[in-house]
Amino acid sequence: MRIFVPIDAAARALGADEVASALEAALQDQGVGARIIRNGTRGMIWLEPLVEVERDGIRHGFGPVTPEDVPALVAALAAGGLDHPRALGPVEDLPWMRGQTRLTFARVGVTDPVSMADYQAHGGLAGLRAAIAAGPEGIIGQVMESGLRGRGGAGFPTAIKWKTVAGADGPQKYIICNADEGDSGSFADRMLMEGDPLCLIEGMAIAAIATGATQGYVYIRSEYPDAIRAMTEAIGAARRHGMLGEAMLGSRFGYDMEVRVGAGAYVCGEETSLLNSLEGKRGVVRAKPPLPALQGFLGRPTVVNNVLSLAAVPWIMEHGGAAYGALGIGRSKGTIPIQIAGNVRHGGLYEAAFGMSLGQIVMEIGGGTASGRPVKAVQVGGPLGAYIPPAHFDVPFGYEELAGKDGLLGHAGITVFDDTADALKLARFAMEFCAVESCGKCTPCRIGSIRAVETLDRIAAGDGDAIPILTDLCNTMKWGSLCALGGFAPFPVMSLLTHFPDEFTGPANARKEAAE
Amino acid sequence: MPSTPQDSVFDSDSQDRLDRIIATHAGREGPLLPILHDVQAEWGMIPEEAQPIIAKALGLTRAEVYGVVSFYHDFRDHPAGPHVLRLCRAEACISMGGDELADQICRALGIGWHETTPDGRLTLEPVFCLGLCACAPSAELDGKLIGRADAARISRMVAEVRA
Repeated sequence: MRIFVPIDAAARALGADEVASALEAALQDQGVGARIIRNGTRGMIWLEPLVEVERDGIRHGFGPVTPEDVPALVAALAAGGLDHPRALGPVEDLPWMRGQTRLTFARVGVTDPVSMADYQAHGGLAGLRAAIAAGPEGIIGQVMESGLRGRGGAGFPTAIKWKTVAGADGPQKYIICNADEGDSGSFADRMLMEGDPLCLIEGMAIAAIATGATQGYVYIRSEYPDAIRAMTEAIGAARRHGMLGEAMLGSRFGYDMEVRVGAGAYVCGEETSLLNSLEGKRGVVRAKPPLPALQGFLGRPTVVNNVLSLAAVPWIMEHGGAAYGALGIGRSKGTIPIQIAGNVRHGGLYEAAFGMSLGQIVMEIGGGTASGRPVKAVQVGGPLGAYIPPAHFDVPFGYEELAGKDGLLGHAGITVFDDTADALKLARFAMEFCAVESCGKCTPCRIGSIRAVETLDRIAAGDGDAIPILTDLCNTMKWGSLCALGGFAPFPVMSLLTHFPDEFTGPANARKEAAE
Repeated sequence: MPSTPQDSVFDSDSQDRLDRIIATHAGREGPLLPILHDVQAEWGMIPEEAQPIIAKALGLTRAEVYGVVSFYHDFRDHPAGPHVLRLCRAEACISMGGDELADQICRALGIGWHETTPDGRLTLEPVFCLGLCACAPSAELDGKLIGRADAARISRMVAEVRA
């Protein structure tokens, strides 16, 4: 019998390690023979720790499990049953699982993350084998056909970036994975790196073949020690297996990679700042051009892609670009791993084709707020994303569709707020965060964010004349900043001002009363 | 430049330890951040005395090394207490009462952000996202992650490690 207890950081934060220890003890006490496997999370965070028991090839779920639940669970298993107050039935049959199109996250929560054998038993390496057979031009052709765009938020077509690097001359080219997932409300990169790190390695290896790169780095933020550990272990396993090295899987293509750890700077999620950080410099933004594709890491041709972009590629190579591109809407092709977070009843990761409405995601899949109060707004795309109120919940989830509502898809994280949220305070937070995290290179961001905080304080004190100044300042930042940090920080602020104008006007105490 | 700590952690055998760290990363592309992470793991901070040594080994100026050390939030110019509590301050945690939780914890400990309790045992740090946004608010005590954190539970855990 195999029993699965997630090793994902969110599951651990909710007591998965304690449950695993209690299971080990109870199995021994009651003389039950079973092997405990630490898997990734299925993404149903409200059910974590979610214990799964495999019987006749079907995995039965129990959750959320506490250490106190464990002795009775083991007793039920010993008696050959599956009855327990926490029993959920077969995990694959749960509505959350059935409704998804899990392509990138197919193995996450299913396999032992760093087991090469488990990886291959669940379809791993099929994409890399297909890529080796297809060669550089064949790979770029498939990725082009898939319509895959940057999942980090910019939405740039992945194949075009790869083609540029493939065509560039340089003594050494690089594949760099941006795993500096700093956006609040986002955790898909973390979940994938902890739950199926080999998939990311496979995606980077395919990118290497496509572009002629032979060295790669995964730049992971220091706030993710579990992901750092899992990626490092997986790279070791991949090397031992011959998946990485001078002749990947015995082919003529060589590629190797290592993990690099950030140091707590949000701006390093911006690709040029990340490159400087990787080179051992201050994480300041570089002006473009030159494009990183031509002069990136150490001035050499470099692919910089988000975790989710790279991890989507093995599926595309295995099943063909057309199959991926058949999903989605408009120019948003394929699937998007949506992260539902904050004040929400059913929070977690839900991978689906682009095109569901925001309301469906928040109200039906997420189940509304955790507090049971009405939804005030959701912030889509992290700290630089717009707040969208329920009046606009009919917007389809896609790059252009959200942009049409003055929002952005970003990294597809959705943070839900109930009606107790304070719009003015959230606006101030957005600018305060920008001020703290600004790299300092350009004036609109460095100075503008500080002036915006001061202006918001004037508004909070009841000075209505300061509102046009704030609007003007936001415009300056939006059009004058060098990168997305200063350029997008106005989005949350302006969206709050647009949708909740009453909270920015009138005497301060009247506003407070309204919020209560 | 930051003031030199009164009791420097960089003692007589420190030079050897630092040389070993630098040698470990020699030949890597962009070795400065890996070196600084190891230095901080060794001394709990980036000692000022270490910076010119690192600079010389990597062919950089002291200013360049100091510039990097001062840019990143992770690198400390003085050691933290033996225990570190980090509370997430970001939006997903705010939506679940993170601001109120932070106020309660600050009051209970009698300290503010980046400060250490008068007994020198516990340092309080803000963090902007631990990636636990679907089980907010979140916290971390000495590397142990806490989801759906509340003041009572954090206080209990803090009392345990401080005892």
